[in-house]
Amino acid sequence: MSATEIKFAGLGGQGVILAGIIIGRAASIYENKYATLTQSFGPEARGSACSAQVILSDEKILYPYVTRPEILMALSQEAFNKFLPETRDNAIVIIEEELVRPKGLKSGMKVFGIPATRLAEELGRKMILNIVMVGFFTAVTRLIDYEAVKEAVKASVPHGTEHMNLRAYERGYEYGQALL
Amino acid sequence: MKADPKGVLTGAHFLDGDHACCEGALSAGCRFVAGYPITPSTEVVERIAARFPSVGGMFIQMEDEIASSIAIQGAVWGGAKAMTVTSGPGLSLMMEHVGLAAMLETPCVFVDVQRSGPSTGLPTMPAQGDMMQARWGSHGDYEIIALCPNSPQECYDLTIAAFNLAEEYRVPVMLMMDECVGHMTEKVIIPKAEDIEVTPRRYTTQKPGKYLPYQAGRSEIPLMVKAGDGYLFHVTGLTHDERGYPAMNAEAHDRCVRRLVEKIRNNARRIIRLEETDTADAEVVVVSYGITSRVAGKAIQMARADGLKVGHLRLITAWPFPEKRLRTLASHVKAFVLPELNFGQMFLELQRVIEGKSSCYPVPHAGGTVHEPEAIYQRILYAARHSRLKDKKEVAR
Repeated sequence: MSATEIKFAGLGGQGVILAGIIIGRAASIYENKYATLTQSFGPEARGSACSAQVILSDEKILYPYVTRPEILMALSQEAFNKFLPETRDNAIVIIEEELVRPKGLKSGMKVFGIPATRLAEELGRKMILNIVMVGFFTAVTRLIDYEAVKEAVKASVPHGTEHMNLRAYERGYEYGQALL
Repeated sequence: MKADPKGVLTGAHFLDGDHACCEGALSAGCRFVAGYPITPSTEVVERIAARFPSVGGMFIQMEDEIASSIAIQGAVWGGAKAMTVTSGPGLSLMMEHVGLAAMLETPCVFVDVQRSGPSTGLPTMPAQGDMMQARWGSHGDYEIIALCPNSPQECYDLTIAAFNLAEEYRVPVMLMMDECVGHMTEKVIIPKAEDIEVTPRRYTTQKPGKYLPYQAGRSEIPLMVKAGDGYLFHVTGLTHDERGYPAMNAEAHDRCVRRLVEKIRNNARRIIRLEETDTADAEVVVVSYGITSRVAGKAIQMARADGLKVGHLRLITAWPFPEKRLRTLASHVKAFVLPELNFGQMFLELQRVIEGKSSCYPVPHAGGTVHEPEAIYQRILYAARHSRLKDKKEVAR
């Protein structure tokens, strides 16, 4: 794997930064790759567009920012609209399909959609939609090993919520597997 | 001495630079932090406020930066290892007490997570505009040490190094982070406590009554006492003699200030840390520090792909500046290129040291983000094309 640039975007409060942290942690701690995460800082704490940028690589990462994402994960229409233009023509675009209408896609793009919020609600908590997305991401990108991400989910969520979050992770992963 | 295992979070972590700095302080044995939280350094003290009480440490959110920078010195003279954490606007306020720490020879650490200035500038965006302030910001003559991490791992490692250097030379040490490094999350390995070397405070073995707080001996660095251990002693920002009492004359002042300066200058070789890549046969050497060193690394890869002989010298210590090494390099290097997130601060120092023996090109940037690697690459190309060794010999003659 050479360097892969990924953008996780959505609304503040949806857990997009944590989704990025889990993927970065899985790659760097549980797979011994290099991962660098940067995030947008501004008045976006709750409710407006926010994003995490992750670079994964087999080699040391020098330039820290994502400029042309090869993977875009969008959890809101605003985030999708904002970041689609900078996303590469042949990118993988992963969306929360009930929140994002993928308009204006470039011809080489591959889109994978999942009703993550509804699946999270079915599992008992809307909040865990980001973990459903992480599972889905793991299945459709095949960038990082299933087990590595699972370990990273366990290490990243609050104590006492591991079980519920792992169910969310598995649900998203299965949904992605079924699409392939 | 080895680190106290109580504060050491051994393992592999995925941390941002700010949090890594907190862990570095804990590993180094720091147990007192006073600060006035400011973006982009807030996460350092946020974690400190959560972590320190669990290991018997203390964090105080002070009324301002002036108070923070003196509270840590009280803690040090009471026996603790202490630091404060801020960003440019706060560092400006702390300058009075940086000078006091230099004058009292208080071993302490100032963390500056640099953001774009002047004044309140761009709070959430990076810059490297405080480099000269760190060196010269307080009045009078003194020396400090400044370290420049370029990754969360180094934020951890160099925070420990900062505390060790502070103890060894009894100086304020500035950890010059920046917003990008502070808010960037990467793998950070925290070793076992028994593998972390920590410099303990050096206390006198003299009896009370015999002890002179500023009697330095050959090492140039006097030994300390702890307030409350039965010693009557006096420290002051006024020029002082070996007893620590004010001595208001030119001879005493020369002795006092000369030692503050020389204890660092004479030990510069031992203090300075550099990372050099391919400088031996380089025609152009890029000098860089902090986050810019990584962006420069990318530009150097591009230039090498073009077949150019480009070396990289990364300043891990910005102060003291590696004068000798750069002068040596200047004898065989055509040109130096120095990118930094300011309009040429360390560049002035490079120019001064090179004395015209090589060409020198800045790559200035106002901050707010990092350089485009392309901008540094273009400067390297220009430097390689427009500087000639022949010109250099003429200058030497």
